[in-house]
Amino acid sequence: MNDILTAENVSRRFSPHVTLGDRIAGLFGAKLDRRPVMAVTDVTLSVQRGATLGLVGESGCGKSTLGRMLAGILEPSEGMTRLNGAAPMQAGRKTTTRIQTVFQDPFASLNPRRRVGDTITEGPITHGLITRSAADSFAAVWLTKVGLDPAYVSRFPHQFSGGQRQRIAIARALAMQPEVLICDEPVASLDVSIQAQILNLFLDLRREFGLTTIFISHDLSVVRHVSDRVAVMYLGRIVEIADANSLYSMPQHPYTQALLDSIPKLSIDGNIGVTFQPIRGELPSPLSPPSGCAFHPRCARATELCRGERPRLKANGMNGLVACHFG
Amino acid sequence: MKPALLQVRDLCTHFETRTGTIKAVDGVSFTLERGEILGLVGESGSGKSVTGFSLIGLLDPPGRISGGSITFQGQELVGLPQADMRKLRGKRIAMIFQDPAATLNPVLTIGQQMMMAVQAHGGMGQGAALALAERSLTRVGIPDAATRLKAYPHEFSGGMRQRVAIAIALLHGPELIIADEPTTALDVSIQAQILAEMKTLSQESGTALIWISHDLAIVSSLADRVIVLYLGRVMEFGLVADVLRAPLHPYTRGLLDSLPAMADPGQKLRQIPGSTPSPLHVPPGCPFAPRCGHADDRCRSDPPPVGDHLHGAFCHYPLAGST
Repeated sequence: MNDILTAENVSRRFSPHVTLGDRIAGLFGAKLDRRPVMAVTDVTLSVQRGATLGLVGESGCGKSTLGRMLAGILEPSEGMTRLNGAAPMQAGRKTTTRIQTVFQDPFASLNPRRRVGDTITEGPITHGLITRSAADSFAAVWLTKVGLDPAYVSRFPHQFSGGQRQRIAIARALAMQPEVLICDEPVASLDVSIQAQILNLFLDLRREFGLTTIFISHDLSVVRHVSDRVAVMYLGRIVEIADANSLYSMPQHPYTQALLDSIPKLSIDGNIGVTFQPIRGELPSPLSPPSGCAFHPRCARATELCRGERPRLKANGMNGLVACHFG
Repeated sequence: MKPALLQVRDLCTHFETRTGTIKAVDGVSFTLERGEILGLVGESGSGKSVTGFSLIGLLDPPGRISGGSITFQGQELVGLPQADMRKLRGKRIAMIFQDPAATLNPVLTIGQQMMMAVQAHGGMGQGAALALAERSLTRVGIPDAATRLKAYPHEFSGGMRQRVAIAIALLHGPELIIADEPTTALDVSIQAQILAEMKTLSQESGTALIWISHDLAIVSSLADRVIVLYLGRVMEFGLVADVLRAPLHPYTRGLLDSLPAMADPGQKLRQIPGSTPSPLHVPPGCPFAPRCGHADDRCRSDPPPVGDHLHGAFCHYPLAGST
């Protein structure tokens, strides 16, 4: 098997934290909402060594929660994730350094009081990859690799722009020599011109280190650009997973189709001022997901069957899986 | 001939700070006709939002308009007393902001807030004002408007809150709406709904719209004309179709090439080198020169002239213009 990272029937439930104040309020008759939220439900997937899987979906679809479970920093409520066949997490603690993560906001993910050199070398020193005496030259090498001046090792994060900070976050993750890199919206907070620079850097480094990556984003065009396979999530479940090319050219699930139709397109060759084909309605609350297929209240093709029975993910005959009664 | 709805000439908005003067908007000019949709596009720090705030007189100190003129239906807005500006704002010029969670008052019902907006411009009784609020909510696609008027902002989703903000902007049937990234905080499916509705509203009511966005794709599908800003200066302007199909300015070209949609999947994107300089140290000459592949000494010293009047670029060496 060439699958390096797998998830088997993973689910993640978040129960509301009931404080003492809530309980007292409850005694006086206040309504307490103790319904748990299913952020991710029954997701099974595998990623081949060296491949990039894109995870797309709108807010609240569970893509970040799934990413955190794959990264081994959040424990699944049910099911398990595996890296090379072994659990990346035991008893609530991450047990591997072979998976690293790059987060969305480089302003929040870097410690403002540490010099960036220390930020990059902390992990490798702790895990014995380098010695303390080699730290400075190690940090300088990594800054160079991500396109920054090696003289910046003793600077603080506030002395860098957003794009430069994201480069530092990438250097910190890769300095641990991971096999798998999980990127959670790594370019969402960057300007277009800087986004292009970071995506190019990402493509270069992925090739150089033979990384397996999970790329989480709400931006479908960014995901298409970097991914081999793409999984579309809706209300905690994968509704479609397929090769990037076929998913974008022949989307099978009505939600995938609608999502692709919703993106404003840069219509250089004619069709300027195209009208949108918006999806009707709103995202339902994950507290009370619709019966049957979760997308049925917004789907133009929904029937009685869709309202009553949840479609299972099944092969669509094109090397992909789709969860639709009509897919 | 009737004067243009809005004429902005050489607008300069500067912020005096302890470390120096930030020229957030530096010599921006454009005109806007009735019912027209104008896209203001730029990256962070380009001055697109400050331009919007300058037009509606909502600049916070130390920001102030230090030069130029804004003529709205023949009336000069620069230097207009606050009291007169207040009569215009919300009635004839309205604004929609990026974050609907921050623009609505969380402790007042939607109805109360809409009533305040109606009665701020006087002359309407309670009943008539409520009826107007209800009609406005219905117009932006909020079902069961009469009941929803009694709800608080937290009872609405992000998309619905932005609809409420749009409904408030529409209350007095303004001639101009300034929309500052109103869909940035929304999911794509909701964004598509709002864009489609704004387009219809603008067509039906003849309201002119200034749409501020960092996203060229949104502007291309919504606007008639576009202005590309960089470091407070206009780089390029023209009809959306002209600017996107045949950009004249290397910066516009670079922005388009940076989009993943413009490259084959997995291939390197053509990136703009470097990053936006600090607004405290705007390069002399063309502000884009340090990042531009076509720049020479002239670009680094002389501010570039403007080209053609319908579609032009502030560039010494405009591109031949093909995609």
